[in-house]
Amino acid sequence: MQVKLAVKRFDPEREQDQSYVQDYTLDVPDHYTVLDALIQTREEVDESLAVRCSCRASICGSCAMRVNGHAGLGCKTKLLDSMDKDGVVQVEPMGNQPVVKDLVVDMSVFWNKIRAVKPYLQPEGPEPEREYVASNDSMLKLLQTMGCIMCGACVSDCTVLEVNENFLGPAALAKAYRFVGDPRDGATNQRFGELDEPGGMWDCTRCFECVEACPKGVAPMDQIMNLREEAAAAGFTSTIGARHAEIFADTVKHSGWLDELQLAVKTPGMFNIGAQLHNMPVGIRAFLRGKLPPIVHKAIPSVRFVRRIFEKIEED
Amino acid sequence: MYEHDVVVVGAGLAGMRAALAAAQQGADTAIITKVHPVRSHSNAAQGGINAALTDRGDDWEDHAYATVKGSDYLGDQDAIEVMAQEAGAAVIELEHMGVIFSRDETGHLGTRRFGGQERARTFFVADITGQAMLHVLYEQVMKENVRVYEEWFVTSLIMVDGECRGVVAMDIMSGKIEAIRAKSVILCTGGVGRAYEPSTNGLIVTGDGMGLAYPAGAALMDMEMIQYHPTTLKGNGVLITEAARGEGAYLLNSEGDRFMKTYAPNMLELASRDVVSRSEATEIQEGRGVDGCVFLDLRHLGRELIETKLSYINEVALDYMNINLADEPIPIQPGMHYIMGGIKTDVWGATPIPGLYAAGECACVSVHGGNRLGANSLLDTVVFGRRSGEAAAARALERPFGRVSEHAAYLDETRIISLLDRKDNGDSVAKVRLAMGETLNEHLAVFREEQGMQTAAKAIQQLKERYRYMPVKAKGKVFNTALVFALELGFMLDCAETICASGLTRKESRGAHYRTDMPTRDDENWLKHVTCTWSPDGPVVDTIPVTFTRWEPVERTY
Ligand SMILES: Cc1cc2nc3c(=O)[nH]c(=O)nc-3n(C[C@H](O)[C@H](O)[C@H](O)COP(=O)(O)OP(=O)(O)OC[C@H]3O[C@@H](n4cnc5c(N)ncnc54)[C@H](O)[C@@H]3O)c2cc1C
Ligand code: SF4
Ligand code: SF4
Ligand code: FES
Repeated sequence: MQVKLAVKRFDPEREQDQSYVQDYTLDVPDHYTVLDALIQTREEVDESLAVRCSCRASICGSCAMRVNGHAGLGCKTKLLDSMDKDGVVQVEPMGNQPVVKDLVVDMSVFWNKIRAVKPYLQPEGPEPEREYVASNDSMLKLLQTMGCIMCGACVSDCTVLEVNENFLGPAALAKAYRFVGDPRDGATNQRFGELDEPGGMWDCTRCFECVEACPKGVAPMDQIMNLREEAAAAGFTSTIGARHAEIFADTVKHSGWLDELQLAVKTPGMFNIGAQLHNMPVGIRAFLRGKLPPIVHKAIPSVRFVRRIFEKIEED
Repeated sequence: MYEHDVVVVGAGLAGMRAALAAAQQGADTAIITKVHPVRSHSNAAQGGINAALTDRGDDWEDHAYATVKGSDYLGDQDAIEVMAQEAGAAVIELEHMGVIFSRDETGHLGTRRFGGQERARTFFVADITGQAMLHVLYEQVMKENVRVYEEWFVTSLIMVDGECRGVVAMDIMSGKIEAIRAKSVILCTGGVGRAYEPSTNGLIVTGDGMGLAYPAGAALMDMEMIQYHPTTLKGNGVLITEAARGEGAYLLNSEGDRFMKTYAPNMLELASRDVVSRSEATEIQEGRGVDGCVFLDLRHLGRELIETKLSYINEVALDYMNINLADEPIPIQPGMHYIMGGIKTDVWGATPIPGLYAAGECACVSVHGGNRLGANSLLDTVVFGRRSGEAAAARALERPFGRVSEHAAYLDETRIISLLDRKDNGDSVAKVRLAMGETLNEHLAVFREEQGMQTAAKAIQQLKERYRYMPVKAKGKVFNTALVFALELGFMLDCAETICASGLTRKESRGAHYRTDMPTRDDENWLKHVTCTWSPDGPVVDTIPVTFTRWEPVERTY
C-alpha cells in the first residue's frame, strides 16, 4: 500500500528553517507499523532522519513519538490504523520535552524526575537471608507499574506539564507507586511526605491523557489516584486546603471531563474509576498555587473516551 | 581527557552488574553506553533466569550438568561449575534489589520449567524478566550514583604497550569524540544479532565489543556457535519466549502432529534449543510446514494463564500477527537469537590483554559451549558481570593510571571524517548490512555445509571491500545515526568474518553447528574451542582444548 508520512523535522545545525515538515511517500506492506515505515525511510530515502529505536517490539521504550497528535510507540502503532483518507500519517516528536533532532528528544528532565522519587527499593530492617516472603498477588499487582518502559509517551501528552514544568509527571508518579505498593519497601511514609509537596501527587488534574498515551497499560493516572488514596488514608491530607472548590470548578470548566467520568462510573465493569471519584474531594488540590497561568486543558473527544470504556468492558 | 578507574562499556545486565560491583569495591567507575541503560537489549529477555536454590532442595550440580549437556560438551566445566554454584546467591540478590519475581503459594520464589532441564528452576517475572531485572539494576545504578555516559558510542580501545588504557568514544548528541582514560575496561556490549537478517535481536545489537577487542588482539572464541531460537515470528523475527513451552505449549506441524515426539521422545518441546530448531527446520524442509513455519499451540493453557504469565507475548502476537494465543496456534520458525561465542575470558572476565575484561553475551567464558540453555544467559550476565567488576576494580585500585597520549582520539576523528567525506556511489549501510544478514542466515544457520560456508566467507570478503567505499549520506554532527550505523557495520563485518572462519574450521557437528556434510560429533578431534585472532590478512584460526572437571562426554539425547 502507499502511505505518506508527514514528518516534523528539526535540524539544529541548519542556519535557518530548523523546523519543517517533510513528506515521504512510500510503498509498504500492509502490516507495517509507523516505525517500520520510518526505518524504511531512513534506509532507503533519507539517512539523515533521526529516530531512536531498537527492539521493534514495544519493550525498549526508545520509539515514543506523536502520531497524528497523540503520543505512543512508533513500533506499536499500525499504519493502517493511523492513515487518514488520503493515506497521510502525521509524525512528530514527543511533546513537553526539548527536541534534539527530528524525532529525538532530550529526556534528561524526564530522568531527573524519575530520580526525584527515589526510585529504588528501600527495605526496612536487615535483609533476610533468603528472599522476602510476599504473596504472589502482591507481586502480580506490581506488574502493572513495573510494566513501565520509561518511554515518555505519558509525559509527552500530560496537560499539567504543558503549563507546570515542576510537576513530577505521570511516569515518575507511577514509578513512585511501584514502591509504595511493594510490601518489601519500608519508606512509604517518607515517600508520601515528599509526594505531598507542590509538584507532587496532588498536581494531576486527571485529564486521562497519560492513560490514553501509555502503550503498556500502566495507566499512570490510576496509580496517582492510588497514591492519593493511600496517602490520604495515612494522614497526608493536611496540606489539602481550601482551594478544592476553586480548582475543581476550574478544571471542570476547562475540559468538561467530569461529566464523562460520571458517565463512566455508571458503566458496569469499569474498575478504579469509581474509587477515584470517591476519592475526589481529597484528590483535587491547588496545583497552580497562584503562580501559574490557568491550565490549558485539552478536552477529551468523547468518542475516544467512550471507545476506551468499551474496550475496558470487553477486557473484563 | 576524561578519567575513571574502571570504565564499563555497555549498560545491559552485564554492564550494570559489573559497574555496581566495581563501584562497591571503591573504584571510581563509569558506564559508557550507546543507548540509555534501560533501552539495552537485555530488556527483551522474556522467559527467566536459571538457578538451583540449594537450600530448598535443588542441586547445583544437576544444573551444571544440564548446562554441560546442553552445550554439547563444549562448555568449559570449571566455568559452568562457578556459574551454577553462584546462581542461587545471584537470584536472591536480585530479589533483594527489588525484582518482583513471581511467587508460589507460600510466598517464596516460584519457578517454571525451561528447555534442556528436567527440573523447574527458572525464576521469572511474568514474561518480562529481562525488563524487570534491567530496570531494577538501573535503579541501583541511580541509587549508587554511578556515572553514566549516556548515548556515547565507543569507537575504539586505547592500547598502549599491549595494555588497554581506556576507550575513545563519540558523544552522539554532539558528535564530539573524546578519549576516556581508565585502568580497567570491561566490555559488556551484548551480542551480534543484527549481523543476521532476520534476528530476534534489537537494532542496537551489533557486536561492537567483539569488534573493539578483536583488532586490539583479543581472541574471539566459538564464533560459529549461533543459536537459532525455535519460536520466532516470520518476517520481523520477534521472539515468542520458550516459557510458552515451559508452561506447556505444543509444537505442531501442518498435519497437526506434535512432531517433537519423533526427535526428542522424553523432553519433547523442551529439548535443548538446537535440537528443537533443527527438528522444526527438518519438518519444514520435508514439507510439513506452512509458509516456512510450524505452529506453536497455547490454546489448552487457557486464557487466564496466558494473560497473567505470558501477557507480553500475547500482546506481541496480537500486535504483529493479529492472533489471540488463547484462540489460535501461531506460526513460528527458527530464528537467529544468540551467539554462544565471543571474547575469550577466564572466570573473572579477564582477557589475556592486561586491563581488558569482558562479560555478558559479548564474552565467551565459556559456559554455553555449542548451545546455550534458555534462561542461562541472564544468569551469565549477572554472575560474570559481578566477577569482572570485582576483578577490574581490584586491578585498578592497585596501580596508577598508565600514560595515554593527548592525541588518543585523533585516529578515530580522522577515520570518521574520512567516512563522512566519501562520495556517494549508490551503495549504503543498509544495503551492505542486509546482504551480510541474508548471507549468514542462508549459510550459517541451523544447517551448514562446506560449500555454503565458503560462499558466505567469500561474500563477506566482498562486502568488506564494499564497506571501504560505502558512503554515509548524512553529514551532520548532532545525532547522526547514519554514522553510528556505519561504525556498527564495521564491527559486524569483522564478527561475520570470524563466524565464517570458525564455521569452516570445525569439521564436525556439535551443538548449534550442524553440518549436513559432517553430521556426527567427533569427540576424538573436536573437544576444542575454535579461536580467531586478528591479523592484517584476516583471522588467524587456532584451537584450544575444552576444560573438563567431572562430566565425560556421552551421546546427547533428549
Ligand atoms: C528476545 C530475546 C529474549 C531473550 N530471553 C532470554 C531469557 O528469557 N533468559 C535468558 O537467560 N536470556 C535471554 N535472552 C538473552 C539475553 O537477554 C542476552 O544475552 C543478555 O541480556 C545480554 O546482556 P548483555 O548485558 O550482555 O548485553 P545487552 O543487554 O545487549 O547490553 C549491551 C549494552 O552495550 C552497549 N553498547 C554496545 N555497543 C556499544 C558501543 N559501541 N559503545 C557504547 N555502548 C555500547 C549498549 O548500549 C547496551 O547498553 C534473550 C535475548 C533476546 C534477544
Ligand atoms: S491524568 Fe494527571 S498525570 Fe495524567 S496526563 Fe493528565 S494531568 Fe498528567
Ligand atoms: S507510564 Fe506508560 S507512557 Fe509513561 S513512560 Fe511508562 S510506559 Fe511510557
Ligand atoms: S523500538 Fe523498542 S519500544 Fe519501539
